[in-house]
Amino acid sequence: MNSRSLQTTIIFLVVGGILILALGGFFGPASRRLDSGLVELQTWFSSRFLGVQDFITAPRDIISLRTRNAQLETTVSQLQTQVIELQQRVNETEILAALVDFSRTNPESTYKAAAVIGRDPSPFLHYIIINRGSNDDIRRGMPVVTNQGLVGRIDAVIADAARVELITDPGSSVNVYLQNADTNAVLLGSVTGDVSLDMISQNVSVEPGDLILTSGLGGGYPPDLIIGQVVTLRSLEFELFQQATVQPAVDFSRLEIVLVITNFRPVDITPLEP
Amino acid sequence: MRNLIAFPLLALAIILQSSVVSQIKLISGYADLMLIILAAWALQERVESAWHWAVLACVFTGFVSSLPWMVLVLGYFVVVYLAQSLQRRVWQAPLLAMFSVTFAGTILMHLISFIVLRLSGTPFAFGDVVGLITLPSLLLNMLFAIPVYTFMRDLARWVYPYEE
Repeated sequence: MNSRSLQTTIIFLVVGGILILALGGFFGPASRRLDSGLVELQTWFSSRFLGVQDFITAPRDIISLRTRNAQLETTVSQLQTQVIELQQRVNETEILAALVDFSRTNPESTYKAAAVIGRDPSPFLHYIIINRGSNDDIRRGMPVVTNQGLVGRIDAVIADAARVELITDPGSSVNVYLQNADTNAVLLGSVTGDVSLDMISQNVSVEPGDLILTSGLGGGYPPDLIIGQVVTLRSLEFELFQQATVQPAVDFSRLEIVLVITNFRPVDITPLEP
Repeated sequence: MRNLIAFPLLALAIILQSSVVSQIKLISGYADLMLIILAAWALQERVESAWHWAVLACVFTGFVSSLPWMVLVLGYFVVVYLAQSLQRRVWQAPLLAMFSVTFAGTILMHLISFIVLRLSGTPFAFGDVVGLITLPSLLLNMLFAIPVYTFMRDLARWVYPYEE
């Protein structure tokens, strides 16, 4: 080895040593400045490289991404359809389970489940159409309920369908019993779908929240079917009776499946009326 | 022969009315698809079977609805009569005629329903009926009038083709 190459080797060793020491942090602030400078430089190079790489590979990726995106969108739409179908089944199952519970807790009646398939074409009337008729032993006058309470009664029947008059119909009147006040009253429907109580004696005290049940008077409905709760009471001294607004237990806007009480035969008391 | 399309079409209309249209409520009112179809059909220039369609509409609606027959017969026949009278007078502005018949027909139909139901003992307050049922139904009928008219015009051209 000649003296020139020895000199070069020594210089390399010294500079390399200093560099290693600097990178190792042995020179304090000077080391940190060197480190950060190198990191910045590397970051700059790295970002430029990634930019160039993106530019070169992007068109190929976009095509594959679009294909993949289309596949995923198809899958998502299929899954959404499945979710909707399953959700519907879950809803139906929940309703049916509730109705089964209801029929178990009320074993004195026999029930026939029916789906609501339509409503009266006239906005003046509150009727629904169910998919059970005389072929299923459904008869006129049979009460219709859900697990929440009274819905109405069968108004007309054909072979495979029946029309149900809801208790919210303006022409509907139901004899009811106010459990807490221990008194009878009449439940009336209205054109808006709200129900109200009339013919409450002035002598009784009715409170908001009082439970309303069918009384069975008149023979139109069996007794003790839940109808709803008293919301507000209107009592005027110069009137013969008190009136009350009612919150029905049943949500009439979301009727899907109902139960027809098939072992109840309404009594026609018209000949006995004076 | 092509007039027999009335049977499936009006049957489909009453099914749609009962299962779909009556669920699309505005306050307490909803559109009367049968009335609009009858009005649109009777307004078509070459149509000769509007009265037959009215009878069929009465039968189908009466089968489903609890409304007294008298209301349907009076209402739908008055609508057809109005439409045919207007068709001869304002034939150059068919959409105007359609809107006029829908407007007058809805008001008349509701008025007849109100009177007949009141007479049969159903308690109604006139203010409630107008505000909660008639006016919202009128608006919805007007909205349905344009697409139904367009459809019925095309159907009329198919049922009564021009002879060359």
